[in-house]
Amino acid sequence: MSNKHKEQTYMQGEDGIHKHSHDEDSVHEHSHQHGYVHDEHRHGGDGQAENIHPHEHEHGGYEHQHHGHYHNHHSHKRGETVLEIKNMSISFTQYSKGFNQIQLPVIKDLNVAICAGEMVAVVGSSGSGKSLLAHGVMGILPYNATMGGEMYYCGEPLTEKRIEKLRGNEIVMVPQSTSYLDPLMKIGPQIKKGHKDDKTVKKLRTIFKRYSLDESVEQQYPFELSGGMTRRTLIATAMMGNPKLVVADEPTPGLHMNVAKKAMDHFRELADMGAGVLLITHDLELALEVADRVVVFYAGTTIEEANAEDFAHQEKLRHPYTKALWQAIPQNGFSYIDGVQPYVKDMPEGCPFGPRCSQYTKRCGETIPYQQLRNGYVRCCHAQ
Amino acid sequence: MNRSEEKMDTSKTCTGKIDESISLLEARDITFQYNKDSRMILKDFSLTVGSDERVGLVAPSGFGKTTFCKILAGYESPDAGAVLLDEKPLLSYKGYCPIQMIWQHPEQSVNPRLRMREVLAEGDEVEPRIIDGLGIEADWLNRYPAEISGGEMQRFCIARALGKRTRFLLADEISTMLDLITQSQIWHFLMEEVHRRKIGLLTVSHNDELLKQVCTRIYNLEANAIQE
Repeated sequence: MSNKHKEQTYMQGEDGIHKHSHDEDSVHEHSHQHGYVHDEHRHGGDGQAENIHPHEHEHGGYEHQHHGHYHNHHSHKRGETVLEIKNMSISFTQYSKGFNQIQLPVIKDLNVAICAGEMVAVVGSSGSGKSLLAHGVMGILPYNATMGGEMYYCGEPLTEKRIEKLRGNEIVMVPQSTSYLDPLMKIGPQIKKGHKDDKTVKKLRTIFKRYSLDESVEQQYPFELSGGMTRRTLIATAMMGNPKLVVADEPTPGLHMNVAKKAMDHFRELADMGAGVLLITHDLELALEVADRVVVFYAGTTIEEANAEDFAHQEKLRHPYTKALWQAIPQNGFSYIDGVQPYVKDMPEGCPFGPRCSQYTKRCGETIPYQQLRNGYVRCCHAQ
Repeated sequence: MNRSEEKMDTSKTCTGKIDESISLLEARDITFQYNKDSRMILKDFSLTVGSDERVGLVAPSGFGKTTFCKILAGYESPDAGAVLLDEKPLLSYKGYCPIQMIWQHPEQSVNPRLRMREVLAEGDEVEPRIIDGLGIEADWLNRYPAEISGGEMQRFCIARALGKRTRFLLADEISTMLDLITQSQIWHFLMEEVHRRKIGLLTVSHNDELLKQVCTRIYNLEANAIQE
């Protein structure tokens, strides 16, 4: 039962709220609680039943017979943390000269939390470790990578074993590159993952319609599709599961503006339905239209966390890099700052943005804490 | 580059000479479909780019923008119509193709077995000024494509397309994988470079605001094309 998707419904009873959980697969296991709601999630790792509340008991088919009034059909209560990443670090083992092994710390200190029903955009320069974050969450880092820090999914540590069971079903990813599709397999079978039943076919057709994909696409190979069509296919693939956490790694570049917005709306829709959406992108403008919060990465470090509304005015932003990003938007001046993001090997001490920052002082060379500021967070000693 | 070279070798009418005097790229009534059974991609499509112009092209997904760029750069030949450089057909230019294309997906447009140094050498000679201007670091040259990020790879692809004899540049969604600051940096560099060398630029993008900043003229085919 550990990895099966559970659908929980909240119902109003005479003595408060009853929660019923319903395993999608034929194992009907219903919980019945009195007088209160509990937020605990029942994803017992490795088949352990440690999370089942003592008040719960087997009650096959219960919810279908009683209590007709559904309040919420989603698997999560809004606001519960789906994914929490604390001080994540990722380093690569490389060989320099001969057999000398060196560690390249690519990600130093990442902090992100996503609640159910929320869409969090992660923006940052290319090479700031955005994709690695996604791969880290999905457990698909290359063999020579080492990951540190803590990662929690629905309140419990997200271990390698657990992610293996969850990915592709509860945790889905829309990858960055269009080369993630199998070039030798037709689109239809590839998305259906071998299922041929009517339900799957019907679902596929509905999803295809949503993304303006023609039915004939099912019979085509990836190379026959245009760039935009391939991307929509990738998004469609993710929608085939019942995701609670959607990790979208650059899902929209190259898409036509209207289609990109539509795709974003679909991610938003998923969030509104109760899933947590982690949107990794550099398309700040598009992200701002749909995301609730924006987390800014620079050189493998989280430097700011802001509400999407903060981007309406430059003064509300906290970190100089975020301000520079704002100014680089074509309609906000299209200006740029010199230099490139420092390479991992010559990463400066203290603020990674220091060498390009106009406000640089000696203090920036020291370790800077990630602190709260005006409903957000910032890692800068000059931020006010 | 390579395919156009092959085509040119078989071409018997080698008259064109690549020099700075080439001033007009013209696509005249291009019609194209990949094979007889597939759908018609372009039908009697015409467009011009002057060497002192930065032209923007906006069209819906699946319109055939990339295919059109491929035809302009000589990777595909049109079923009808012609690509002309100062009224001479593109096929009459021998050797290096003066129309260079920067692709939307840099990771798919480099040979994964070559080091980045060799990738750069595939095209024409690239001036060090361009490599510096694009922020390519010496350290990246010895790496393989899999060892650098998409943004870094796109800088190489841009540098490769800016060989000495390039006269026209086709930029097919080249900045979609770049962050805003890098996008602005690279576009400012490109605008200056094409202005300095009088290179005509055709930019395909979905970002209207970007095109307004970059281009001197914009073809907008949204209105009369099939909406998705």
